[in-house]
Amino acid sequence: MFAKQSRIKHQHNIAGYVFISPWLIGFLLLTLWPILQSLYLSFTQYSLLDSPTWIGSQNYENIFQKDRLFVKSLAVTFTFVLFAVPIKLFFSLMVAMLLNRDIKGMSFYRTLIYFPSLIGGSIAVAALWRNMFGLDGYINHVLGWFGIEGIGWISNPNTALGTLVLLSAWQFGSTMVIFLAGLKQIPKDLYESASVDGAGVLRKFWNITLPMLSPVMFFNLVLGIINAFQMFTSAFVITAGGPANATYMYVLFLYEKAFKQFQMGYASALAWILLLIIAVFTIINFVVSKYWVHYESEGRG
Amino acid sequence: MATEAKKAWKSHLILIPFSLLMIYPVIWWIGASFKSTSELSLPTIWPKQWMWENYTEGWTFSSQYTFTTFFANTLMMEFWNVLGGVLTAALVGYGFARLNFKFRNFWFAVLMMTLMLPAQVTVVPQYILYNKLGFVDSYIPLILPHFFGGGAFFIFLVIQFIRGIPRELDEAAQIDGASVYGIFFRITMPLIKPALYTVAIFTFLWSWDDFFSQLLYLSSVEKFTVGLGLRMFIDQFEVQWGQLLAMSLLSVLPSAIIFFLAQKHFVEGIATTGIKG
Repeated sequence: MFAKQSRIKHQHNIAGYVFISPWLIGFLLLTLWPILQSLYLSFTQYSLLDSPTWIGSQNYENIFQKDRLFVKSLAVTFTFVLFAVPIKLFFSLMVAMLLNRDIKGMSFYRTLIYFPSLIGGSIAVAALWRNMFGLDGYINHVLGWFGIEGIGWISNPNTALGTLVLLSAWQFGSTMVIFLAGLKQIPKDLYESASVDGAGVLRKFWNITLPMLSPVMFFNLVLGIINAFQMFTSAFVITAGGPANATYMYVLFLYEKAFKQFQMGYASALAWILLLIIAVFTIINFVVSKYWVHYESEGRG
Repeated sequence: MATEAKKAWKSHLILIPFSLLMIYPVIWWIGASFKSTSELSLPTIWPKQWMWENYTEGWTFSSQYTFTTFFANTLMMEFWNVLGGVLTAALVGYGFARLNFKFRNFWFAVLMMTLMLPAQVTVVPQYILYNKLGFVDSYIPLILPHFFGGGAFFIFLVIQFIRGIPRELDEAAQIDGASVYGIFFRITMPLIKPALYTVAIFTFLWSWDDFFSQLLYLSSVEKFTVGLGLRMFIDQFEVQWGQLLAMSLLSVLPSAIIFFLAQKHFVEGIATTGIKG
């Protein structure tokens, strides 16, 4: 009896590593090794044809001191993150609250509202967007009914980035579903006792919903920022970075340096800068989260 | 009771116009895919004259290869991706969730960190590696990562799911003399089927939309995926918008079908990982 009991708690060192080996091998060869190599490459000049030449911090100096496209693409990306992330979070929270009711036909509404997110990231929707927001596109005709003269939303440098933000907001589905799952976990009696105390809708939202939902909000915020920094497909297909570089996203810049101009060293330096930016944002997020994210210490685990 | 009914009506009153607003571009898209170029910019939904040719001519727009090739290529790639994704997620997920081994917590922390790692940091050296091995312009760079834990998110999903299954079953089997491998295949595998469906669905959808890697690694037209086929369409000198919208619509059809067939797994899958993260 005792022998068997201790076998249960036994360590499975070999079996453990056998089971995780697919991931471990992949991590070492396809993630860790490339990360280290890209750090090395960022200090070299390398065009795939010759072997890499060590040039010290030259790439970084050029990027920070001479490269106007770097500054431009960084500014575009920050603007995109600044608008796309909060809009998406706000929008998905509102929709999640709207859908968090027990009424007939709810699953039908949920399907309709979720569907655009399912296809939103694909090149097909990028094509759709390009057509709808074109000068002679659908949107301008609708505006025409209201007597508003439309512009070429995608060909105008002032509005092009806005159309991409709008597209990203249209794909709020998975963020919304995570909010919805979080809302369903809030105990109903909290709201009931608040009603007894005479709290209104806004106070309930402020004092119960927001604090109870803050861990989920945090999760969505962290991943939302990380994803927004890596935006590529729609900028590549809809606007190709234009007009006048108004939508020249950072990853698009990196892609062109690496795979159009084959400046692998320079692109690696760009990748490391992106990694550091994302790391800084994530760390700030975790530090600041202490002040606004409430984890429940008791009850539901 | 009366107030409840009134509340429900209020909800419908908001939800109906809102869901219509959300789905409207999709409906317009369906109609537009049947329109002629001259009708396309009109805000009407359905065309006066139905252009079925948009579909037949769009399908064969490139003289050399048709969308039949592109769909076949993509489905072939998807088959391996889904197989690899499901196998890896199940194995690795079980290892982390149930087995006690040295440095487990360390490796788990590493796994979680890879979730947040931007793909761009590894893409250049990976490309160089595949280039050296002669794998560029093949499906190997697209498929291989799925067999080696490329979807850290999916591993995490399975871990979370297994943690929700009572350990007593494992322990009973262990007392009966089953090895960890036996427990994995005969007890855990059948129990985690719902999580594996979710993994399969999301692997399918995400690799369908993973345009960046496809663009990077596939260069000859005969190997193009549907996404790359569409891209080629857009890059034509004079884009036939009706045909392009028709083909785009077909390209999201597999995802749509899967979504409608497997809605339950969707919401559950996102909720399991999302909420406990």
